[in-house]
Amino acid sequence: MKQYISVTAKFDEDGNLLPLKIHWNDGRSFEIDRVTDIRYAASLKAGGMGLRYTCRIMGVKRYLFLEDNRWFVDAKT
Amino acid sequence: MRYILHSDCNGFFASVECLHNPEIRNKPVAVCGDTDMRHGIILAKNEIAKKFNIKTGEAIWQAKEKCPELVTVKPHFDRYVRFSKEATRIYSDYSDRIEPFGIDESWIDLTGCVKSFEEAEAVAEEIRKRIKYELGITVSIGVSFNKIFAKLGSDYKKPDAVTVITDKNYKSIVWGLPVEDLLNVGRSTKKKLNSMGVFTIGELASFPYPMLKANFGKWGDMLYTFSRGLDMSPVKALGFVNLPKSIGNSTTTHRDLVNFEDAKIVMNVISDSVCRRMREQSLCAGCVTVYLRDTTLTTITRQCKIHSTHISSEILSAALKLIKNNYNFEKPLRSIGISLSDFKPDYEPEQLSILRDEKSRKRQDSLDQSVDILKKRFGSFCVRPAILLSDRKLAGFSPKEEHTVHPVGYFG
Repeated sequence: MKQYISVTAKFDEDGNLLPLKIHWNDGRSFEIDRVTDIRYAASLKAGGMGLRYTCRIMGVKRYLFLEDNRWFVDAKT
Repeated sequence: MRYILHSDCNGFFASVECLHNPEIRNKPVAVCGDTDMRHGIILAKNEIAKKFNIKTGEAIWQAKEKCPELVTVKPHFDRYVRFSKEATRIYSDYSDRIEPFGIDESWIDLTGCVKSFEEAEAVAEEIRKRIKYELGITVSIGVSFNKIFAKLGSDYKKPDAVTVITDKNYKSIVWGLPVEDLLNVGRSTKKKLNSMGVFTIGELASFPYPMLKANFGKWGDMLYTFSRGLDMSPVKALGFVNLPKSIGNSTTTHRDLVNFEDAKIVMNVISDSVCRRMREQSLCAGCVTVYLRDTTLTTITRQCKIHSTHISSEILSAALKLIKNNYNFEKPLRSIGISLSDFKPDYEPEQLSILRDEKSRKRQDSLDQSVDILKKRFGSFCVRPAILLSDRKLAGFSPKEEHTVHPVGYFG
């Protein structure tokens, strides 16, 4: 299921945008340990398209999508 | 040898909607206008709906008769514009000559970037895969040595396919196709060609040129060059904008227009939109056309020449005069529109007339420009003529903002 979430991100001096922390709508927050890949991709599961950040969060691989200027994930229902 | 691709997004609106709604992906889906607003026709359908023989342009009830389980969804034009831009982003990794044809099709010229049809096909395959992966929709791509055959190629095999039409194999692929598959051969040209015994593109290509010329005039030249693969028209560079030949808007109103007063209200809204679009491009129009469609779906268009102008009130009064002189409202109107043409740049010197009040025209002009700025900042509804308050529902639309898809012709 497509879920828009709030994200703390950082612009570096070259203008690159990197997400640092995701905030679930229920109040929980998780640090992003590492971003391993950034590419354009569609999410068939969540139903959307954008810049896809492959993130490691607490040792687990998660996709974070930037759709224009909103972030979304494929949330488990 | 030129190497040109034509990329066509398959069932574009429907594919985008299916991507956004995973739950309808395996069902027959059609994107439709708003039934309550009486815009209830099929705008696009997905592959599953296509199997039920559902056609673009037919009414929703007709489609539901063919396929009762058809899922209808509302269009989201902002999404389509976004996907179209993203597709262009991908194309622009391969060439700077990208010419869009409508919102979901583009020609891409690879001449100078590749050396053979094999290389061009490899690029086409890469684009096809990238669109599928990055955008989640499918395209079919035609590869050929001119724009016309490239377009035929993208229609030849779909969805999600690449067809190569080379200077060696075009006779076997193209010439067997029915003549109406050729770009710009519509219903009436097809009928005329069929009556002359021409049914395939091959038959058209071998038809004597003088006879084509005699029957079709300058369109004969087009038929001749298109069918023989001799079209030389270039793929325009990305961002190239043709000066418009006409600017128009039309609408199907939520209720029928039963008298001149009704038409006046709607005309006020539409003419405001077309005039603002014209002024944005710094143009003046010399011809006004009105389009009137009654409840039996009979359509008439009437036009008149005017003194070149971009003043809203002058355009509106010309349009209203056309309606008054040509329509008696015996049958109510279902849909109505205005189109402006015969453009001149508005900064050209103008011949003043002693028969007109040029001073008040100048005031009108600056009033229009001030209102344009207001509407740009605060939206179309911020300043409106009082007549639009007499029927708020009838006047409650803004074609300028809602209007996003421009139809295009090959000879733009």
